[in-house]
Amino acid sequence: MIVFRYDKTFEGLLTALFDAYSRREFPDRLLTTDEPLPLFADRAHTVVTDAARSARAWTGLEKKLTQPVCAMLMHVWLSELPASDELLFRYMCKAINAPASIATDFADPDVLAVKQIAAKVSKERERLIQFVRFQKTACELYFAPVSPIYNALPLAVPHFADRFAGQQWLIYDVKRQYGYYYDMQTAIEVTLDNNEHLLGGSLDQTLMAADETLFQSLWKDYTRSLTIRERLNPKLQRQHMPRRFWRFLPEKN
Amino acid sequence: MNEQIQYKLTILAESAKYDVSCSSSGTTRKHRPGMTGSAEGWGICHSFTEDGRCVSLLKIMLSNNCIYDCAYCVNRRSNDIRRATLAVNELIELTLEFYRRNYIEGLFLSSGILRNADYTMERMVRVIKELRVIHRYNGYIHMKSIPGASRELVNEAGLYADRLSVNIEISKDENLRMLAPEKNHQSIFKPMFYIQQGVLASADERKRFRYAPRFAPAGQSTQMIVGATGESDKDILRLSTALYQRPSMKRVYYSGYIPVNTNDPRLPALKQVPLVRENRLYQADWLMRFYGFRADEIVDDASPNLDLEIDPKLAWALRHAEAFPVDLQKADPALILRVPGIGLKSAQLIVASRRHGHITVQTLAKMGVVMKKARYFITCRELPLLTVNELHPDEVRRALTEKKPSRKAADPNQLSILFPE
Repeated sequence: MIVFRYDKTFEGLLTALFDAYSRREFPDRLLTTDEPLPLFADRAHTVVTDAARSARAWTGLEKKLTQPVCAMLMHVWLSELPASDELLFRYMCKAINAPASIATDFADPDVLAVKQIAAKVSKERERLIQFVRFQKTACELYFAPVSPIYNALPLAVPHFADRFAGQQWLIYDVKRQYGYYYDMQTAIEVTLDNNEHLLGGSLDQTLMAADETLFQSLWKDYTRSLTIRERLNPKLQRQHMPRRFWRFLPEKN
Repeated sequence: MNEQIQYKLTILAESAKYDVSCSSSGTTRKHRPGMTGSAEGWGICHSFTEDGRCVSLLKIMLSNNCIYDCAYCVNRRSNDIRRATLAVNELIELTLEFYRRNYIEGLFLSSGILRNADYTMERMVRVIKELRVIHRYNGYIHMKSIPGASRELVNEAGLYADRLSVNIEISKDENLRMLAPEKNHQSIFKPMFYIQQGVLASADERKRFRYAPRFAPAGQSTQMIVGATGESDKDILRLSTALYQRPSMKRVYYSGYIPVNTNDPRLPALKQVPLVRENRLYQADWLMRFYGFRADEIVDDASPNLDLEIDPKLAWALRHAEAFPVDLQKADPALILRVPGIGLKSAQLIVASRRHGHITVQTLAKMGVVMKKARYFITCRELPLLTVNELHPDEVRRALTEKKPSRKAADPNQLSILFPE
């Protein structure tokens, strides 16, 4: 068994792909640098992440694959699922080796898996766009804590930058402890020193703008009076709006 | 002031909630400097109420006072309910504040009839004009056009709204006249026609002048109440087909009749909202819009109503066993779409991947095909040849509708344990 160890970054994965082709040996497992080697590992190669080599690998892939498929690979990477890097590695090798495009060969389990995981991540991006709820702070900053299951926040940022270009906002992923702050020009990645107080989903009263509580309660009353009692269907509601989002929604608190 | 807004918002939302339409799709507008918001063509739902319906737009009435007396409507003048009217600036503030917090995708404005159709329409147009022109609002606006409103007002509304709609409510004219004495089909189809003319004229102008104003870029929609009068599904679907053939009509919504006015002798006494029938109508609607079915294939004179037990696509397949089995490896994509259990997405996947090689049953299941249904209608190397032609259509129907005994039901041979949980 051949094992490659790398630093679990996307550049690292691309460098591993480059190394595999230049060394003409293809790994069965991809591990992090500090993970213990499995039994029966014949050879272990440690990949040193290199910007130039990873860029070359990506350019090569871009020649082989169309732009939407490359975007799909990025989505799969952001899923952060346990074996997603090995899946991506297999997919990339297949794409490079095949004489014609494999992008539509959904009878291949890897191709189908990449498509399905990418669809899940893209759905999570959509849910972020749906269920982000800004709370206005006293300093005119619109703040929203989120906690997506996949790391889909970077994918949703362009939407918010376009839609809310006229206001300062900060969307913070409390699970991964980073977020994006938009200063009416560009969105930049930020990390807060302490986010313990955000886990409840609601900002502290002292930080909120004066009318924030009013609009939250107006929205809550509005959604409640919009419900048709004769048609109650809580299962359908949970299907469209899963419980894990509720702690950030004013209408559900 | 705040309590008053809260009071009005609750009342007017209560009055507006029976309108089904809440889509915010059909227009894509990027942000423009100095303006608030944008619009996404795919439509975004921001919340879901406990009845499972989406909240995409701030669906609200300008006023729930009404001079009309429609039997099916909660806001009719003979009902003793709380009435309220929003001031223009209150509504605008609510819309913008909700929008900035990402609660909504835009505004859905309707109203009860005050004084007459034109007076009401003029007030509504004033709200959306002020939003667009003074507050530079760039998000989505859906506005109800009032039946009987004049052409000039519809034309002005189209300049500011993304989508306009007029509700047909009842698909037969005589039934509509019976339930809503002040309305008739002519007063409804006229504004619809004005909207269509406006959309076509603007599309033509934009071909020649790039920056000519857009007129209701997301087209128009309408709504029909199901189960309040004796119309069959055939009548309803035939009318929908006729509507979809018009160039600007994007959606027809179906709303299961909710008995809001229980003491009216003109309306049936329903125990339950006809939810299953409503669902079947939507399925039929999807078949017509995306799957290439015609209305007369789904319902005909022999069976004027949709089968409540099985979905319309399966019902069609069982009536037309001669069209099956379909060989997924070779068949025309249009025919693959007609197989029960195969939807748009899985049909696309099948057509794309069959060029590369043979498709197995396992792959089909992974692609999202509902094999429980589809297995009777396809041929595949791994499946035993036991299609709808070998079995009888009735046999397939029985196999698919048979209720499995639920796990919760007690086994008669088993004594229950009397320990509390």
